[in-house]
Amino acid sequence: MNINLTLIGQAIAFAIFVWFCVKFVWPPITAAMEARQKKIADGLSAADRASLDLELAQEKASKELQKAKQEAAVLIDQANKRAAQIVEASKDDARKEGDKLIEQARAEIQQERVQARDALRKEVAVLAIAGAEKILETSVDAKAHSEMLDKLAAEL
Amino acid sequence: MAADTPVEYIQHHLQNLTYGKLPAGYERVDPYTNDVTVMQEAGWTFARTSAEATDMGFMAFHVDTLGWSIFMGILFLTIFRLVARKATSGVPGGMQNVVEMTVEFVQTIVRDGFHGRNPVIAPLALTMFVWIFLMNSLKLIPVDFIPQIAHALGLGYFKIVPTTDPNGTFGISIGVFILIIFYSIKVKGLGGFGKELSFTPFNHWALIPFNLVLEIIGLLTKPLSLALRLFGNMYAGEVVFILIAILPFWVQWTLNVPWAIFHILVITLQAFIFTTLAVVYLSQAHEDH
Repeated sequence: MNINLTLIGQAIAFAIFVWFCVKFVWPPITAAMEARQKKIADGLSAADRASLDLELAQEKASKELQKAKQEAAVLIDQANKRAAQIVEASKDDARKEGDKLIEQARAEIQQERVQARDALRKEVAVLAIAGAEKILETSVDAKAHSEMLDKLAAEL
Repeated sequence: MAADTPVEYIQHHLQNLTYGKLPAGYERVDPYTNDVTVMQEAGWTFARTSAEATDMGFMAFHVDTLGWSIFMGILFLTIFRLVARKATSGVPGGMQNVVEMTVEFVQTIVRDGFHGRNPVIAPLALTMFVWIFLMNSLKLIPVDFIPQIAHALGLGYFKIVPTTDPNGTFGISIGVFILIIFYSIKVKGLGGFGKELSFTPFNHWALIPFNLVLEIIGLLTKPLSLALRLFGNMYAGEVVFILIAILPFWVQWTLNVPWAIFHILVITLQAFIFTTLAVVYLSQAHEDH
């Protein structure tokens, strides 16, 4: 219970302990604690951000889907129109082709008729001459009467 | 061992192991044989009786108080330093958890009690809190346990709880007192500090002497109350433990156990009160009016 030098010894020990604690104990511990606090805060805010991002992404995805559907509908519409046009156009073509073929056929027929008539005319001329020869019993000079014969043939 | 009667037993348990200087011509009485020897010249020695310890005056050390308090301080710093070196900002392990809980507890005390900006206060408070807590907790070791071992080693007296020695508590509170003075002068300047002492609580030049007396007493009361509160609580608890130890051994546990359990609270509470008040006093030292 006596007050003595222990007092000063104790005060010196206290000072040294405080110095050591200030220098070597407190800073690393509080630094680690603060770093962890920051990590946790960052993690939480990252999680918040992520859930916000997810929401935005979902919204965007549903918008994209909507847009894609609309585009598809437009495309199908266009395709249908185009198909109708093509069908219409080919019908038109076919009709024109048919008309052309008919025309051609007609022209050919006409031509053949002309040729047949020509041939027939010539035949008739020959026959007529032969008939006339028989009738007249004389040969007809083809050259002399060719003008007349041609006139005749033209009349046929 | 001079512990034949209960009174002697108690007195024996309340005497520190003292190593001090005895003057030349001092008559030493052997406690066992009552032989008287006279010191030929002044010299340093261990006190063999309480009377010798008292006669050594100021030039003496309580070896047990110093030894145990330094041991506890080194224990504290070793544990905390080991944790601090391996401190991770990831998931903390068991020991780091304990240390961080303590640090956070002290940070709360400092945040609530200290309103200045000073990076030294928080580690200072941590040192005070843990050190005093460890010293107080030595009290839970049964009162005869370590003294008996010390006796077997030839040491007549041994008191292991440094906070039941006024030297132990005053040593710390004087450290706090020096810091109070230091920061008062540092923050307010010598003139500012003098002004604060002279013009509070009565702001009139005629009352300066009265104010000075009042303020200086107030200032000195701070370390005194810190040290005496801790010492008184611990000492009283120690005395009760010693009284219980006088009882027959088969009945001791009925009183010993509840008292020890109660003291788990007292130990923490006293460390907490000492720390909180020291922080508040230091905060006042930082306040500039």
